Amino acid sequence: MFVARSIAADHKDLIHDVSYDFHGRRMATCSSDQSVKVWDKSENGEWHCTASWKTHSGSVWRVTWAHPEFGQVLASCSFDRTAAVWEEIVGESNDKQRGLSHWIKRTTLVDSRTSVTDVKFAPKHMGLMLTTCSADGVVRIYEAPDVMNLSQWSLQHEISCKLSCSCISWNPSSSRAHPPMFAVGSDDSNVAYGGKVQIYEYNENTRKYAKAETLMTVTDAVHDIAFAPNLGRSFHVLAIATKDVRIFKLAPMRKESTSTGPTKFEVQIVAQFDNHNSQVWRVSWNITSTLLASSGDDGCVRLWKANYMDNWKCTGILKGDGSPLTGSSGQPTAMSTVVGSSVQASQSALNGMSAGRYFFPPLDPPRAGTRYGHLLPPSSLIENCDVEPIQPQQQVLPHRLSSRALLPLPEAEGQ
Amino acid sequence: MEEVDVEPPVTVSTGSAAGKHLGFAWGPGDILVYETLYKASGAKGSGSPFIHEVRKDEDIYSPILRKLFNESHHIFVGLQTIREDLPSKNKKPQFVSISKNYRSVIRACMEELQQVAGRHYLFMLPYNNCVSILLAIELIWNLCEVLFIDAAPAGSLLLHLLDWVRLHKADVDEKARDVLQSESPAEHESYWDVVLGYVLQGRLEEARQMLVKQASLHPAARNMFKLMDTLLSKMPFYNPSGTQTLTEFDVKWRHWHEEVDRCLQDNSFASNQHLEAICKILVGDEDTLLEHKDLLSTWYHFLVTRLLFCHPTVKPTELHYYAQSCLTMFLDSRSAPEPLDSILLAAFEFDIHQVIKDCSIALNNWWFVAHLTDLLDHCKLLQSHNLHFGSNLREFLLLEYASGLFTHHSLWQLAVDYFDHCPEFGRVYLELQIERVPLDTERKALKVLRICEQRQMSEQVRSICKIMAMRALRNNRLGSALSWSIRAKDAAFATLISERFLQDYCAKGTFSDLDLIDNLGPAMLLSDRLTFLGKYREFHKLYGEKRFREAAKLLLSLMTAKIAPRSFWMTLLTDALPLLEQKEVGSVVLLIVFSCMSVT
Repeated sequence: MFVARSIAADHKDLIHDVSYDFHGRRMATCSSDQSVKVWDKSENGEWHCTASWKTHSGSVWRVTWAHPEFGQVLASCSFDRTAAVWEEIVGESNDKQRGLSHWIKRTTLVDSRTSVTDVKFAPKHMGLMLTTCSADGVVRIYEAPDVMNLSQWSLQHEISCKLSCSCISWNPSSSRAHPPMFAVGSDDSNVAYGGKVQIYEYNENTRKYAKAETLMTVTDAVHDIAFAPNLGRSFHVLAIATKDVRIFKLAPMRKESTSTGPTKFEVQIVAQFDNHNSQVWRVSWNITSTLLASSGDDGCVRLWKANYMDNWKCTGILKGDGSPLTGSSGQPTAMSTVVGSSVQASQSALNGMSAGRYFFPPLDPPRAGTRYGHLLPPSSLIENCDVEPIQPQQQVLPHRLSSRALLPLPEAEGQ
Repeated sequence: MEEVDVEPPVTVSTGSAAGKHLGFAWGPGDILVYETLYKASGAKGSGSPFIHEVRKDEDIYSPILRKLFNESHHIFVGLQTIREDLPSKNKKPQFVSISKNYRSVIRACMEELQQVAGRHYLFMLPYNNCVSILLAIELIWNLCEVLFIDAAPAGSLLLHLLDWVRLHKADVDEKARDVLQSESPAEHESYWDVVLGYVLQGRLEEARQMLVKQASLHPAARNMFKLMDTLLSKMPFYNPSGTQTLTEFDVKWRHWHEEVDRCLQDNSFASNQHLEAICKILVGDEDTLLEHKDLLSTWYHFLVTRLLFCHPTVKPTELHYYAQSCLTMFLDSRSAPEPLDSILLAAFEFDIHQVIKDCSIALNNWWFVAHLTDLLDHCKLLQSHNLHFGSNLREFLLLEYASGLFTHHSLWQLAVDYFDHCPEFGRVYLELQIERVPLDTERKALKVLRICEQRQMSEQVRSICKIMAMRALRNNRLGSALSWSIRAKDAAFATLISERFLQDYCAKGTFSDLDLIDNLGPAMLLSDRLTFLGKYREFHKLYGEKRFREAAKLLLSLMTAKIAPRSFWMTLLTDALPLLEQKEVGSVVLLIVFSCMSVT
């Protein structure tokens, strides 16, 4: 791993959240400076800030993108007890030339009486639905019934979790095998109050969300929670950031046909890591759920991976060093050709050369013009992969056939 | 992969005091990290200047390695389509040939990298790293081919191992060239190194030719040189395609071995230390071999040479004894075995699983283990080791490799084929990842769509079309939005866009994108509003062609079928009015007016 590039974020205060959009070409950042910035990635990989605006009257905790099926839509939540929905307006042509875009507020959700700690969109197959959770222990689910009119949101569900909420995560699975489900984490620090993770499930009959499960073994404050992408499994995987990193497996137990209550789950802990040796604040899965990242009080980000036998291991650590960027250090030592010498195992990440742990001592490279020429593959095997040129969006030229204007009475007709 | 030690931390320079937390966000192919502070109750702090993009894999961005990925993809797909029903013995030569193909691709890459590295000193270090890794990969692959895929029996085994060593020890030839091009080769400082090098590699014919030059310088010792020449020429080499059995060869070889030993005991070469050394090598004397460590340079060269001169009929099952002892003998007490050594040792022990495991740990990119494991699985070698997760291992590695490719702007297309050949999770991985391919252009979107349509991934098709439709609509390109909605079979969206068309018409008096609307065909039936739009346009055409009666009839049917939106009735009535002037349609129009009135 290495640092490929550094972007000057230019926020005037701490950044609290960074969120990639669905395709990984745009990113949103939010900060205690009460603003949100939107960044666009150009063809050469450079990030440009295309919008920056004040969103709230308090620190902005989280920012999240809606699925691109709904257009370019962002939601933010803040200490100022509100959450807001923003939509990008296709700008004037001179704005586009300057690489700027405008975002306007579509709605402010003011139902919470305390700081809104998390905001998440529900999986797209449920429509355009937004969920917030607050320090007052209430989870609110809003829906925009008309995707083309984002100023109309209705509060569909208000769920009281009894404990101060810090995070929510929807189960991303769109399988019809199970109803919509989300998990809520509480950062209430009183261990006597029982399980700090609650799972809610939608009930088709009552048309309401009901609590399906409380993870009683999680008694410490929970700071973050994340369902893994489903991958067609019959069970669900949930990662939790609490005093350590925990991964749970939730296997739905078969329901009797007469049962109308929520699904019962068999809950198993799959892994538990205390390597951070301190509070864990964030957990998040990559797209294929093969990697989990966690961030802790120790100032590190750790990456966790399961091998093909489902054993979890830490496969990497990222750490801030608190010092200005130095020049490249840790050049590999001079190598001798006798076996027994070793390559510098920990190639420095800052010089960007090593992409990993190359442990092989250099063997004599074959000289040019050796007898390996006959091993070159026939040219028919050499394929060219066409590189996609990034073209500006094509304008569909409207066909302008001259058609009769029908509204005014044609004088020449029908005498 | 049990005892993987944690990688040393990648230190991200944050430019300010330590004690801050590190926030992160997963991206395609990278992870963004930034300095922050998590606190239960609001945290404030000094501005954090940077967001850092951290990446894991550099390889996929290398233009030369791209060739490796492209060509090996081609070989991979070919391998998958080998018919399962052929008996194994017919397939072995095919598998060996495929293995050789893979290796030649590696070599081609290596050559190219070396050429580029040679051009500019700035490229040298990273490219040389890459070259040495590719070299190691090819070395391991070659050994796996010899031991596992070709599975040479005793006799041939040693010959293949000899080839293997010769292929990876090029410096003898280079030195030989230098020596031969000099004025007096026999007096060149590297002369004896070359001769010994040849002998150690079992290239006795070439050794003899070199010795002739030395012999001519020492006419007095002519007999001694002649004796050596004879010994060298008489060394038996097993011929697998000949009529001689292995036992017969063994007998012959022992005879020769005894003869060489006799010469040694007789001190026939005592007066020339070099010839004496050669004689000792021929008899397989370990100490002499070890004295020439610098010429052997690796323990596996030592292993093969030792086997050549001690036990040429070595059986595959006996290899690991010799391998372990050679490794121990060759490395002095100070140095520990390198990962490459462990991998080769595992190969000699026929522990395929260990080979794969160690390679996975030591290498960053999954390319090597994924392709090699796939090939070994096709040779049914993973099952034979009683691994119930054998084919799971194959799939696991292929999924890892292909997922890595997916983040690349053009290599993702190769990844699709790999997912196709992963029966258990390939499809769901593909579904998840193909949705994320950025749809920069219509052409790219169509490419992605074709892939999804070919695999009946209807949800992904719908989603991509919807995204494109939405994007078009936001940019007010109604025609494009409509055609994408139709492709998405999204009735609701088609309705919405049709409404916009109609609104536009009301506002401007003309239609845009007439070409599209005129050619809707059966797609018109997707939504009522769309049907209305199409038919309404048809009405205009008829009117324009002065086919007033048909136009009026169409207008009537539009109203009676109730697919005309109420908001549009005024417009329709207004359209109907001029038709009143037309004699033959007057009655029809009256009907229209009456039907309007009857409904309100």
